Amino acid sequence: MRWHGDTLYSEGAPAQPSMLMTQTLIRQLENILGPDAILHLPEDVLLYEYDASVEKGRPDIVVFPQTTHEVSQIVKLAAQRDIPVIGRGAGTGLSGGALAPTGGLLIAFTRMNRILDLDFENQRAVVQPGVVNLDLTRAVEHAGLYFAPDPSSQKSCTIGGNVAENAGGPHTLACGVTTNHVTALELVLPDGEIVRVGNKQGDPFLYDLTGLLVGSEGTLALITEIAVKLSRKPEAVKTLLAIFDTIDDASETVADITARGITPAACEMLDGWTLRTVEDYIHAGFPLDSAAVLLIEVEGIAEAVTTQAATIDEICRFHQAREVRIARDDKERDLLWKGRKNSFGALGRVAAGIYVLDGVIPRSKLPQTLCRIQEIGQQFGFRIGNIFHAGDGNLHPIVLYDPRDTEQYQRALQASAAIIRYCVEVGGSLSGEHGIGMEKSELMPLLFSDADFALMRRVHDALNPTCLLNPGKVFPVNKGCGETRVRPQVPQAVAHS
Amino acid sequence: MTASSTPSLNAFESLLDPPRVAVDPAVRESYVIDGFAPAGVAKPASVEEASEIVRFAAKEKLAVVPVGSRTKLSIGATPIRYDLALDMSAINQMSHYDPADLTVSVGAGMPLAKLNATLREHNQFLPLLVPYYPQTTIGGTIASGVDSPLRQAYGTSRDFLLGAEFIDGTGALVKSGGRVVKNVTGYDLHKLLIGSLGSLAVITALNFRTFPAPANPRGFLASFSTAEAALSARRKIAESPLSPLTLDVINPVAAKIFADRTPSSLEPSIFANENQQNAEGPLAAPGKWFHPSDWQLCAGFAGVPEVLSRYPRDLTRTAKEFGATSISILDDATRPSIWGRLREALPLFRQSSPFAAIVKLNVLPSLQAQALTILEAVGRAAKLPPALIARASGTIYVALLLPDDAVDAFAEPLVLLTQEIFSLTRRFDGRASLLFAPPTIKHVLDTTLNSRPNSDLTLMRRVKFAFDPHNIFAPDRLFPTQL
Repeated sequence: MRWHGDTLYSEGAPAQPSMLMTQTLIRQLENILGPDAILHLPEDVLLYEYDASVEKGRPDIVVFPQTTHEVSQIVKLAAQRDIPVIGRGAGTGLSGGALAPTGGLLIAFTRMNRILDLDFENQRAVVQPGVVNLDLTRAVEHAGLYFAPDPSSQKSCTIGGNVAENAGGPHTLACGVTTNHVTALELVLPDGEIVRVGNKQGDPFLYDLTGLLVGSEGTLALITEIAVKLSRKPEAVKTLLAIFDTIDDASETVADITARGITPAACEMLDGWTLRTVEDYIHAGFPLDSAAVLLIEVEGIAEAVTTQAATIDEICRFHQAREVRIARDDKERDLLWKGRKNSFGALGRVAAGIYVLDGVIPRSKLPQTLCRIQEIGQQFGFRIGNIFHAGDGNLHPIVLYDPRDTEQYQRALQASAAIIRYCVEVGGSLSGEHGIGMEKSELMPLLFSDADFALMRRVHDALNPTCLLNPGKVFPVNKGCGETRVRPQVPQAVAHS
Repeated sequence: MTASSTPSLNAFESLLDPPRVAVDPAVRESYVIDGFAPAGVAKPASVEEASEIVRFAAKEKLAVVPVGSRTKLSIGATPIRYDLALDMSAINQMSHYDPADLTVSVGAGMPLAKLNATLREHNQFLPLLVPYYPQTTIGGTIASGVDSPLRQAYGTSRDFLLGAEFIDGTGALVKSGGRVVKNVTGYDLHKLLIGSLGSLAVITALNFRTFPAPANPRGFLASFSTAEAALSARRKIAESPLSPLTLDVINPVAAKIFADRTPSSLEPSIFANENQQNAEGPLAAPGKWFHPSDWQLCAGFAGVPEVLSRYPRDLTRTAKEFGATSISILDDATRPSIWGRLREALPLFRQSSPFAAIVKLNVLPSLQAQALTILEAVGRAAKLPPALIARASGTIYVALLLPDDAVDAFAEPLVLLTQEIFSLTRRFDGRASLLFAPPTIKHVLDTTLNSRPNSDLTLMRRVKFAFDPHNIFAPDRLFPTQL
């Protein structure tokens, strides 16, 4: 018998999960995990049909393993019964990667949150996937080290989730994204086999399977242990806030900084409407009549930082910056960052829902893309704010909409698709750091040919031949795991019987 | 000698116009790997032509080895089958370069030196100062997986390769990644190509992130009487606020080779504000810098004048703290002397002993002192004292140098010693690959697998067959494809 009332898993007539089978399965899971590690009542699993994206997908059962061995046993059990398995960290993902659009068994890694090894001399740590990103930095900062990837959700997101989505953050401009900091992984394959790839030192040996797994969005294997590089805190940091009267001046400043051979640690931009909305709530000191602010950070040895900050100051003023503020201490630095780090929350106050997009463009295309985003906003009747990693061309347009209004929800999806299409047109890509997940799988053909999909599919099948691992993600319908995808027409429509 | 099955040569010759296909022995001879010549050579002028060759090979089940400038072709196991050499050196166009985006897309056959010359016009560069730099193609650099001393500051190619186009084993032209700096869109298949030795696909184009060229490169060299002292100084520097561009320790045997030999190649000019004449001239004579009786710490750094005054000060203080017996600071004119030798270390080792066996080990920095001491001891015991380079990032190059006149006499000790090094690496939870060795020795050694438990090898094989279902690409050169 196939799992769930989906034609997807049945060659013949659709089958309903039998109550008896469910009870047996839960008993078997309890044998593996004990009694306090399983949720299956509808009101309990309801909480797991969301992440931070606009998608939904409810699992049938949620389990909370604590060891790799438990994960392996759960996966074996699911494989025997043809039940989809989805990994999940803190549920902060923005593309629906940790949702269960076809139902199934959700493995929440939140209890696998132990730091297994801290090796200060070699600047490495080994962690379980449920360790919260910022907790790792807190555990090593006394030794002058930190974990470099810093997604905005770093206070709650897990390193396992960071690995699955190859998460970025404001400081990836100089420091790289998650994949640049992962050296080895322990995997549980869809048949329950436990395999280690990579090595603690980090140079790939034979094929770089670690590099393949990072950013594969949970579609190839479950990740149960992660070896990461730790970075050394810089001797000096300087944070500058530059205020501009036009977006173009701000964009040209970014281009000029690059042209002068400076790679800032971070280079973030907020557009005028966004900064006003944020200022209203955060009081970070952004002038309300400005068109854009740039938040730029340089780090390194003191001598280099001093000269770079002076050069950046000069470039900003050359491009008509109205004002350049340089933080004198950590407190001022925190204040300058406060507006940026809390911006998504601030925008959440002015609309019922916010849809944070993630597109990436060649950085030279910044001004024209921002114009186009405004046009698309007008065309679809939305206010679209822009907060983005200007230094690496990673945009986060924010669509304010009411998710309870079906028509608006559809329009928001259309506006999003129009923006992402434009990113691709100017030579960019579908996602800089949020991943494809459920959100953008249908946009994948904008970039990839049938031949590209065919190879990706063969690689997928090399690791996940039964398609039981995170089905309905990354690949568009008909290019991936058959017709496993159930996209909600309206947010409420996902409800299971 | 040929490892070829009997391909349908007539059909092959009619695929492309001559001279883009050749079966002439004189041409084939220059594509020899470990004594084996291919039955035919194809040098396609376009990606479509390359794809046609691959489709033909897939149909006829011919073994294809993609090649560039053929400087590192002997890395990997001796071919078990070698029907066609697919010479990609004519696919060498720069298809995209927008300096403002700091991204570049180039054909696999583009010489690395030529690429960097173009980037330099915009004060940018690709931080790949790899061996055989003047000849090597960008495709060969990626496929061979060689590293650069600059990895201390910039990481390895895996950190700045943004995307690729390649022909898979069915002949289909496929791409992954893109040409933007951040990208989570589909699988990062291009990362698998790094170090794949052509066993997954034929690389046709590569997209990179470029970097601002550092200004005013300098060198620092300190001598120590023991490996421990040199490595302790290296560790102190690695943990300091400084971020040197290169940070390597070499042993006395390596120092002697550096002192005795000068690479034939010109020093590439990649840095900003660099004295063009120094930069592009032949390498300076080794001068007084390399000391054949010392362990030496070599660091490179660059920057604005304020930075340039800090590095020598801090580096010197640290070196003295660990008992450095001599210290040299190399300026604009003299620094190529150490940078160039570090870059061309493997060719220099092979120059000094054409039958050198060179093994690359990855061992965590904290275990390197112990590893280097044992490597020296076992080498001496076998009368094959190794030349050693230990990067702060954890890579160790071990070159076992054979006397030219006694290669046969040393064949057996060399095999035993290499096996000993492999098992030693395993003890340190490291990884080892035999890069170069006399063919007679490669025959009896697995070039890689002895060194590791093979838990992920099954996955590697599955990935190989996903890319190359007919096993036509460089079969068994990276690892045995059959269980």
